[in-house]
Amino acid sequence: MLIIGEKLSIIAKRVREAMMKKDKGPIQEIATRQWKEGSGIIDANIGPAEDGGEDLMQWMVTTIQEVVPLPVCLDTTNASAIEAGLKVHNSQWGRPLINSTSNDPERFPILELGAKYQAQVIGLTVGKGGLPADAGERAAIAAEIMARAMEYGVPLEDLYLDPLVLQIATSQDHAMKVVEAIQMFQEMNDPAMKTVVGLSNISNGCPKHVRPILNKYYFLMLMNAGLTSAIADAKEMADALQEKQMFDDVLAGKTIADAAKMTEIRKTLDVIQGNTLYAHSYLEM
Amino acid sequence: MAFTPTKETYSGKVYSVTIGTGDGAVTFGGENVLPFHSFEGAAPNKPVIAYEIQDVPPADWPENVQKPFAAVSGDPVTWAKHCQDELKATALALRLVGTHPDRENRSAEEAAKTVKDVLAAIKVPLIILGSNHPEKDSSVLVAASEAAKGGNCVIGKAQEANYKTIAAAAMANNHKLIAMSELDINLSKQLNILITQMGFEKERLITDPMCSALGYGLEYTYSVMERIRLAALTQNDATMQPPMLGDIGMYVWKVKETQAPEADLPHWGALEERGIAWEAMTATGLLVAGAELLIMRHPKAVAEVQKTIAELI
Repeated sequence: MLIIGEKLSIIAKRVREAMMKKDKGPIQEIATRQWKEGSGIIDANIGPAEDGGEDLMQWMVTTIQEVVPLPVCLDTTNASAIEAGLKVHNSQWGRPLINSTSNDPERFPILELGAKYQAQVIGLTVGKGGLPADAGERAAIAAEIMARAMEYGVPLEDLYLDPLVLQIATSQDHAMKVVEAIQMFQEMNDPAMKTVVGLSNISNGCPKHVRPILNKYYFLMLMNAGLTSAIADAKEMADALQEKQMFDDVLAGKTIADAAKMTEIRKTLDVIQGNTLYAHSYLEM
Repeated sequence: MAFTPTKETYSGKVYSVTIGTGDGAVTFGGENVLPFHSFEGAAPNKPVIAYEIQDVPPADWPENVQKPFAAVSGDPVTWAKHCQDELKATALALRLVGTHPDRENRSAEEAAKTVKDVLAAIKVPLIILGSNHPEKDSSVLVAASEAAKGGNCVIGKAQEANYKTIAAAAMANNHKLIAMSELDINLSKQLNILITQMGFEKERLITDPMCSALGYGLEYTYSVMERIRLAALTQNDATMQPPMLGDIGMYVWKVKETQAPEADLPHWGALEERGIAWEAMTATGLLVAGAELLIMRHPKAVAEVQKTIAELI
């Protein structure tokens, strides 16, 4: 399981301020922690970065790789910022990853960059027409992206399919559709297609204390479905792996010794699987 | 070979809620089947329609729905008695809209007096509604709850911003309570949980997932209500088992279709008939989605919906 460390995002206030002031300290501290906690790639999310995106991405890539011997995931909708980042990326520890292309023609230039710089590319299974309705639609869009990747010269081994995780607080019925899509994606090629999710979106909008619980068990659910990588918090995922045996036992209907943990897993599974309606206080019911 | 209709069985049941006192009391909810599926199980009570009245004259209502009450709506007590005695209302909903700071800004004490006067004049159950100003409602509905003590009324609406004070007042004075969220099934469940975590019994709640008029988002209300009812019946989700409210009149009588004159839009047909049909259709739609308590305005629309209920149950 490849963890793409998610913490360097412009959405986080501390990271945004460091990016604006070009203050290396917080960026390097967070990147180092993610590496030590088990990340295999560090995600650098600079947002749409319409002004000065090229400089910012180059600064992020070099700042991260000064202290961390890992490849970087270049995360922005600005293609020229991605190209700037690819130019300075040090690939001695692995090839860079681009987040992301999709089935929207505006995102096809990303595939050109992937081919030109031998980068790996995330293919988000959305098109121009809004969110996919179910696993089948996600797979249909995945097929289009795969065809487009081959056309542009990105080998399928370098493509990570992303089914788009939605918030459980507003789109509960999509939780299992994404799990199903992960299973379907793998069958679309031999060797199996690689897959990735933006994991923490599942708990976006949920109370703070509930978020890690949903993140962990949803991750294990996806892992059982064959997920190969996740943009996630490495520490949280390490915790999840510690609990995998308990999770699998509860999933199989067995009783585990830790009753409180069993209740927590059972209730979370019921919410993920759609057996009970999600509410912020679901763990208290 | 005889035809055997397929029957669904459900694991859950909607709470039955009784409001009012003595001979005037009415009960709604209590079914363990989807709306109008009485052939599959028990649907012991019919949906209840409450006539909407106000603490101030309905100057803001369109003319066609003011007209039936023109002689009585100057005074809430006269208006209430008219609905009960002449229109044979089985319940009334008194909206204290005059307490809104942007309207007459009537005080909580004035509102409490109106509630007392109306309650003294009627035998049918009373639903007491604030002006939907979360802050003002917390004082108005507390005073109204106290004034109505012993009346087994429905107090509404408790929302995320003010549920604590309003639920506490309804609990202390032994009333039922409407919990309203804004077209979000997960937040609707969450609000019911928060209110019951205060010690308010879930059997005394009424869920309002927020109404909308035909052509103005009715499908959203419909879909949320339908999913709430399915959670109650098929998942036996106790937090989603209170009956549901459709607050029809105030949403219907402000849309263009109930107000645009025939002279401007001849292809839309007669205005009065159109408004009545709009209210009746919106109400019928929400009954099919699962509402057990409706608040409506026009007597002819009420009569139409009552006919539908009688034919379907």
